[in-house]
Amino acid sequence: MDSTILLFLLQDGLTNGAIYALLGLALVLVFAVTRVIFVPQGEFVAYGGLTFALLEAGKLPGTAYMVVAFGAAAFAMELVSRRRELAARLVAREAAFKLGLPLAILFLAKAVVAAQPGAVVNLVLTIAIVAPIGPYLYRVAFQPIADASVLVLLITAVGVHLAMTGIGLVFFGAEGLRAPPISSAVLPVGPIVVTGQNLGIYAITAALIVALYLFFGRTITGKALRATAINRIGARLVGIRLALSGRIAFTLAAVIGAVSGVLIVPMTTLYYDTGFLVGLKGFVAAIIGGLVSYPLTAAAALLVGVVEAFASFHASDWKEVIVFTLLLPVLLIRSWTDPHSDEEE
Amino acid sequence: MSALLAVEHLSVAYGRVEAVSDVSLSVAPGEIVTVIGANGAGKSTLLNAAMGLLPARGRVVFDGSDIGSVEAEDRVALGLCLVAEKRELFGAMTVEDNLILGAFRTGRSLAAETLAEVFARFPRLRERRAQLAGTLSGGERQMLAMGRALMSRPRLLMLDEPSLGLAPKVVADIFAIIRDLRATGVAILLVEQNARAALNAADRAYVMELGRIGLEGPASELASDPRIAESYLGLGG
Ligand SMILES: Nc1ncnc2c1ncn2[C@@H]1O[C@H](COP(=O)(O)OP(=O)(O)OP(=O)(O)O)[C@@H](O)[C@H]1O
Ligand SMILES: [Mg+2]
Repeated sequence: MDSTILLFLLQDGLTNGAIYALLGLALVLVFAVTRVIFVPQGEFVAYGGLTFALLEAGKLPGTAYMVVAFGAAAFAMELVSRRRELAARLVAREAAFKLGLPLAILFLAKAVVAAQPGAVVNLVLTIAIVAPIGPYLYRVAFQPIADASVLVLLITAVGVHLAMTGIGLVFFGAEGLRAPPISSAVLPVGPIVVTGQNLGIYAITAALIVALYLFFGRTITGKALRATAINRIGARLVGIRLALSGRIAFTLAAVIGAVSGVLIVPMTTLYYDTGFLVGLKGFVAAIIGGLVSYPLTAAAALLVGVVEAFASFHASDWKEVIVFTLLLPVLLIRSWTDPHSDEEE
Repeated sequence: MSALLAVEHLSVAYGRVEAVSDVSLSVAPGEIVTVIGANGAGKSTLLNAAMGLLPARGRVVFDGSDIGSVEAEDRVALGLCLVAEKRELFGAMTVEDNLILGAFRTGRSLAAETLAEVFARFPRLRERRAQLAGTLSGGERQMLAMGRALMSRPRLLMLDEPSLGLAPKVVADIFAIIRDLRATGVAILLVEQNARAALNAADRAYVMELGRIGLEGPASELASDPRIAESYLGLGG
């Protein structure tokens, strides 16, 4: 293997690794705040990527209707669970967030499709369409069982993953889609070329990580989310609603998933069910980070990307096996170094 | 005066074991009320249930309205606040962040003002503002827990053993602060092992035994009651 190939594989690996890093961070975030191991993270990648690809092709994506359906389900759930305290104000507020907002997004999407204003608007619109699905999903599937054990939450997450894959098939069909690259620029760096797409991925990943860092470090909402992750009873005692933290965490997860999807759909054909495998790589990184450490997760994600790139060059049939085998030594080392404790503090 | 907090016929069970049985008590605005009792009598359970952290039978009335169906996090917004026995601090966050989060429901401008007040009350917290809460000493943790509770501007503050594990000097400080708070109009429901100090500070007292209220009355009367002296003040016998 010469150095050109080496550099090429390294670049390929880091590019994918950046995406895995985003997904891994979302998984850590959701787990820390809600204790949900968020198996359906990958579905948001597929939804985001497919939505963007359709918008780029000038078509109205099915997700624009899907978000209305999710909103209606969340609205119904909210009314049923709070039927004892139904007041006009409450109903109006819930209707605005869960019916009005998705309908507004639907009409906005129709207007955008008619106007064809370009990739940046399409990116923003993709986020706007997919992001609310996160909190609606939380409301419907996870908020009612927020106090359940991690295992029950995991089983629910698997169920949600299967359901969302099915819903994806209904709204997108079985056909794969691919979008044109964000930018067609190419930048020769030594023996290899860095594409505009690569640079876009690095820039957006870095920007998102910085934004998350500032959100958690500087804003009161971000701090409230961290507080929920550190001590749930403490959070309740200062008046932080766990449901609100859950909704915010799921919104962030949906945004991160959607952005990841937009970033990869120009590089690889996405199908309604592709997201799962992509999400799983982020999951490997998150596990290496112990489901708690953000920096470790990001670093592990880059490693996963690079290992995957080299594995696909040398033994492409085995690349998934090799990537997931990474988990074994990590889990072994973890089980040796920090003895398991159930303490909640 | 009508009660700020009225707990009526409250029963709390862990599984099938009842830890609090048919307890009624009340706290008037600006009053200090203490609940004393042996280990395992159900004092912490009572406070946690009044806060809404534990499901309970019976009624909890705050400021005239039944808050039984209000979640703990929303009781905070009403002006009810608990310093739990385990303190429940955010260990991986700084002292200052812990305090700021204490004001999560009060709004930003009030938070800044209250933070200055809390720092004035606990200068040690100001010194340690950038330190992680998890690395504080025991006494500092108590101060932080109390400071964080004050950040929510409670009308009724429930304190679960605020003097637990503190040096006598610091205990005196804590009780001075409790009296001081009452002077600013905050009502206090105090659970204490240190019965003598609690009875000294309180207006009224309840004695809990095996999940039930055994005795109640003005604190000064209970302090001189021979039954109390024997079991809780370590005299006689
Ligand atoms: N989570 C729990 N599950 C089962 N039983 C519990 C639980 N918490 C408390 N208990 C039991 O309920 C009873 C009352 O406990 P509680 O903590 O309210 O007592 P306490 O009066 O606060 O005691 P102390 O003075 O030691 O703090 C005890 O017998 C205790 O063992
Ligand atoms: Mg106790």
